[in-house]
Amino acid sequence: MTTIAVAETPLTPGLLRLADTALVHSHRLSEWCGHAPMLEEDLALANIALDLLGQARALYTHAAAVEGAGRTEDDLAYRRDAPQFRNVLMAEFPRGDFAFTILRGFLLAAHALPFWQATAGSRDATLAAIAAKAEKEAAYHVRHCGEWVIRLGDGTGESRRRMLEALDTLWPFTGELFEVDDADRAVIADGILPDPAVVRAPWDATIDHVFAEAGLDRPAEGWMQSGGRWGRHTEHLGHLLAVMQHLPRAYPDATW
Amino acid sequence: MVSLSDRDRTLAAARAACARVVDPEIPTLSIADLGVLRDVRLGADGVIEVDITPTYSGCPALRAIALDIEAAIEAAGLGRPRVSLVLTPAWTTDWITPAGREALRRAGIAPPTPGAGRRALFGADELVPCPRCGATDTEKLSEFGSTACKALWRCRACREPFDYFKCH
Repeated sequence: MTTIAVAETPLTPGLLRLADTALVHSHRLSEWCGHAPMLEEDLALANIALDLLGQARALYTHAAAVEGAGRTEDDLAYRRDAPQFRNVLMAEFPRGDFAFTILRGFLLAAHALPFWQATAGSRDATLAAIAAKAEKEAAYHVRHCGEWVIRLGDGTGESRRRMLEALDTLWPFTGELFEVDDADRAVIADGILPDPAVVRAPWDATIDHVFAEAGLDRPAEGWMQSGGRWGRHTEHLGHLLAVMQHLPRAYPDATW
Repeated sequence: MVSLSDRDRTLAAARAACARVVDPEIPTLSIADLGVLRDVRLGADGVIEVDITPTYSGCPALRAIALDIEAAIEAAGLGRPRVSLVLTPAWTTDWITPAGREALRRAGIAPPTPGAGRRALFGADELVPCPRCGATDTEKLSEFGSTACKALWRCRACREPFDYFKCH
């Protein structure tokens, strides 16, 4: 089965970045199904995964329409290889322990909430509609993950140790959330995607508030890893895609 | 050429057929009372057009609802409809009708408080009366329940756990 090459209109990289981040994060969360520390968390993580999967589907469908090559959401999800994925690197890390999953969910949701709030005013009507839905869902994700960051950070010695370890690993990957390149600047200037600077202040406020409650020191703003937007991924993404894309790759004519 | 009154009759029959479609996960609730059914029209080519909107982006019931609408319209002898998904304006629990709220309560699911969406999402604790005994001495067990749109609560008065349809 052939791999597709998506024509990069000004907006497609931005849409794919959002869709890929939602899909890959959703897949990692779905891996907890049946493995979470308690039934309520099993449900919660699966529910969050489902929200993200729904967002990814809407974004892929829109990206396919914007590209105008007659592709579907499934083509974009299942027929691209790792170097064509644009997700932030944080989303693709293996699920790790519960503290790692929760902190990753919190960092991504704390960004997603103000990002979707700002995007709800996009001049792209479809994107604005997707954002208006995603924003409500992100609010739940921030609250749920934020409560757990506090509980684990301010919990037992062991839960705190694990939260600090997760923070050490994940923090250098938060810079990617706010990166912009020339293609983005054009789309931002057109009022289609929000300026990351607008998202930054509410993100800072959420992080500072929850970390203070959790007794976690916010790491200093140092060197930040990047690469996802150019398709330079960790080795983990290829393994994830091998599992996720197995069926449509093995049986290209399979239908839902 | 279809006369105006024929079109009206067709449209009324299509609306009635859609009104009978229920949420597959809450079968006591029609999609009209849930606020998921947004519009039923007769297209210029005589095909029935139906707009539905998802409760949550990833709601897995939506595909089943679209199929049920197609089946209901066809069973009414009105042909295959065009069912479209509309995302805007975004669905809110405020669109659940009074009849829908009552249907939820009868099914043992606490309905959302009208207009409480934003407040409940970002701030203070909600006051959720038990759908079985009406007591307000209730507590949240889990933010996420059996489906994307529900949370799990418990009544301290009658000790029954119950689903709460989250404000959205």
